[in-house]
Amino acid sequence: MRGLLLTMGAIAAAGLSLAPMARAADPNPSDWQSVLDQAKGETVYFNAWGGSENINAYIDWAGQRLKEQFGVTVVHVKLDDTANAVAKVVAEKAAGRDDGGSVDLIWINGENFASMKQQELLFSPDWTTALPNWAFVDYESMPTILTDFTIPTDGLESPWGGAKLVFFHDSARTPEDTMPDSASELLAWAERNPGRFSYPQPPDFIGSSFLKQVLSEVIVDKSKLTKPVDDATFEADVAPLFAYLDSLHPLLWRGGKAYPQNYPDMKQKLADGELDIIFAFNPSEASAAIKTGELPDTVRSFTFSGGTLANTHFVAIPYNAKAKAGALVLANFLISPEAQARKQDPAVWGDPTVLSLSKLDPSDRAAFEALDLGVATLTPDKLGPALDEPHPDWMERIEGEWRKRYGVAN
Amino acid sequence: MRLARIAPPLTLLVLVGPLAFGLAGTLLPAFGYLPSLGGTRFSLDAFHLLAGTPGIVRSAATSILAGLVTTLLALLCVVAFAAGHLDSPLFLRMRRLISPLLAVPHAAAAFGFAFLVAPSGLMMRLVSPWLTGLDRPPDVLIVHDPMAITMVAGLVIKEIPFLFLVMMAALPQLRHKETLQLGRCLGYGRVASFIFLLWPQIYAQMRLAVFAVLAYATSVVDVAVILGPQLPPTLPVRLIEWMNDPELQTRYLASAGALLQLVATFAALLGWLGIERIGGLLVSLPSGRGLRFRHDRPARHAALAAMALSALMVFGGIAMLGLWSLAGLWQFPKALPSAFTLDRWSAALPRILDPLVTTLWVAGISTAIAVVLTILCLERELETGRGQGGRSLMLIYLPLIVPQISFMFGLQVLAIAAGVEGTAASLVLAHLVFVLPYVFLSLSDPWRAHDRRYDAIAAGLGMSRTRALMRVRLPMLARAILTAAAVGFAVSVGQYLPTVLIGAGRLTTVTSEAVALAAGGNGRVIGVYGFLQTVLPFLAFAIATAVPNLLFRHRRGLRL
Repeated sequence: MRGLLLTMGAIAAAGLSLAPMARAADPNPSDWQSVLDQAKGETVYFNAWGGSENINAYIDWAGQRLKEQFGVTVVHVKLDDTANAVAKVVAEKAAGRDDGGSVDLIWINGENFASMKQQELLFSPDWTTALPNWAFVDYESMPTILTDFTIPTDGLESPWGGAKLVFFHDSARTPEDTMPDSASELLAWAERNPGRFSYPQPPDFIGSSFLKQVLSEVIVDKSKLTKPVDDATFEADVAPLFAYLDSLHPLLWRGGKAYPQNYPDMKQKLADGELDIIFAFNPSEASAAIKTGELPDTVRSFTFSGGTLANTHFVAIPYNAKAKAGALVLANFLISPEAQARKQDPAVWGDPTVLSLSKLDPSDRAAFEALDLGVATLTPDKLGPALDEPHPDWMERIEGEWRKRYGVAN
Repeated sequence: MRLARIAPPLTLLVLVGPLAFGLAGTLLPAFGYLPSLGGTRFSLDAFHLLAGTPGIVRSAATSILAGLVTTLLALLCVVAFAAGHLDSPLFLRMRRLISPLLAVPHAAAAFGFAFLVAPSGLMMRLVSPWLTGLDRPPDVLIVHDPMAITMVAGLVIKEIPFLFLVMMAALPQLRHKETLQLGRCLGYGRVASFIFLLWPQIYAQMRLAVFAVLAYATSVVDVAVILGPQLPPTLPVRLIEWMNDPELQTRYLASAGALLQLVATFAALLGWLGIERIGGLLVSLPSGRGLRFRHDRPARHAALAAMALSALMVFGGIAMLGLWSLAGLWQFPKALPSAFTLDRWSAALPRILDPLVTTLWVAGISTAIAVVLTILCLERELETGRGQGGRSLMLIYLPLIVPQISFMFGLQVLAIAAGVEGTAASLVLAHLVFVLPYVFLSLSDPWRAHDRRYDAIAAGLGMSRTRALMRVRLPMLARAILTAAAVGFAVSVGQYLPTVLIGAGRLTTVTSEAVALAAGGNGRVIGVYGFLQTVLPFLAFAIATAVPNLLFRHRRGLRL
């Protein structure tokens, strides 16, 4: 038996070090017609978080349109964490598979983008500004399109939608004027209403975003957040955050011994009255949920007057993607006026557009203006100031710190 | 039959090959050897890292204890019920009720269970607010409790049908009616007669199945994610997290953890041997003193209640899945949704088509291969008269006893390296490793029990072995073969880990979709997928029952 094991070990080891294959010619996005020709018949494996049915349905629709218009097949690989797709590309690079990779397009932003960019795992150079539909993108007034969590995008990822941290409550249970207006007011509110607030357990990205929101409010020197973590002062820098969490956790739902799985999970908990305040990164999340019957129509939104986190989410192409041309066509379609208007409809998804309405044709603009954003959606002028995302370094570090302090709490 | 000759070695290869390769693929990285990630030196770093992981001891201990308690409780329920009610009309009715529960996938049962017992679940809704005065769910930790009580309960209700059916398969080989009558004549109570006289023989036959339950419960992933503790989670859940970590160096840690899982499962098995001893003493001491336990009515009622409750929880859970899939707004404390809608189904159905087709062909092909291999093996066994012994049985049970997670990791690494991850053949093969043992186990007993004189008569009429097999044995055993196929189908449908790891996101089944969408936390969507996940194996069992009746409508002797 031992001999057998050793033999198999040797075979296994041999299998683990396969030689890299030759790289095929990459498509040239400036010659769009050649991209379209090359894309025809390709299958694009779009790796995107799959936890939300309305988003999955939207991706399906996009896939159908792509098939009709360009003969490109889109397969949605449903991830429970975008990091898994990054891991897959890293593994492929490690195994020497520099061509014909299994991930063609990733829904990405923040620390995953930073890590892929740093490890040179992305299709480059700048392909996003060469996309025909880039002409409509509102990069002038939305700085997060060009700077993702303080990291310059350099045209390595194409914007897909906007995001802003927004809180929701049920006005039938909790009057609007009792809602907190800052992280510290939220803590005071939790003291008065123990067990009625929680956040998804980091590294869920909404949960981690909550940590960043608090950090942005309580850190003494806010300018530090635009730079990578300074090891020497890290402990002191995040001390206010963890002091905050130490006081908050006993007041959380289930006393902080269990956490909601993610934001869709929090929606049902709001409907059931388990939670009184929930939040999401999509301002029309609640309106969309009212339409689908997940939330009662008495749910309303609010933000903090001092500002809440805002960012942009993107799609990026791994350097070793098999169907790069198809991925380019899909990325371009996702920022078309047609796709963006549909995405912003709360009945579909309700995700804010990255396009500038003033750059659109009158008929396309009319499609956006005709959208009914729903009772629970704040108009853009009431969304409050936007806080910039901290450098991605911070997210990783506070996630690690969180796990160390609270990960084995029981 | 020449084919039959190569069947046993082939079966062994299918079962043990992936196991051994997978373990090797786990073992080497655990000791730092993974050339594709630059690990070419053997070291113990991963184990040092593992030892330094906060809460690792607790995670492992929870897994071991949960496994032991699950197995003990499920076994106790089954034994007590059989002891108290064997051969009563009630028993037969229960048997018919419980058998289909085997087909319910673990993940679906766990979701349904959560929908029942959570503070916002149906049970609390039914008594609120009129009894509890609550118009909001109480803030108590039931699902995801740190002691893993809910997880154990969820596992127990799902393991009871399996152990029950294994016990039923063992019974015909014992003269249980006569034995029980003897006990009763000597003045022993019903339960005592069963435990003292029959149980030792039955247990000897179902011991490996009990080990399989124990190993499963210590290494389960999907149920632990749905019901288990979170801070920290059980060991298998942490392994999955490490395996998915974008920091690839964590793979060494994951591999070391997979070895720890192997050790944990082994420790649980050792613990179980201790429990066997204690159990043996608990039986032999009173029997040695001649205690007869004549009045055992309370025990019998309790056993019946436990059994009925567990069946009710699974059925109730599935009903909840169905209800949620149709629910519009459904706020606490309403016992029924305020509105019903088919939106989820109409939204899900077009998207479920691909995974559904994959589920069907993977289950169909792996089951077909398993059935053919099993029949050939059993035929070979008849020819040679060998192979019934404990050692071959042990080999067949091996993939069920070695924790799936410990060798699936290694297998995935190999599949990636060989570039075959996400291919149809590798996925079928990965499923086959688990389908084959179950098919073999459910078919071997009826096959061996089949009267050999039929073969003799066939031979006397001048039939070759192959012809006798085709014309006599297979038709007569059609019902058992189809049932075994349905079991295999159900096992394949329920596979989560092999599908995720070997399917690589390219090939998804209803189960991998269900668990991925469960990550979305939307009860309505979970309802759709969980319900569908349950319906498929049920359909397989229904077909297995209906086809023989149709086939044999002119053969009275072969009808039920």
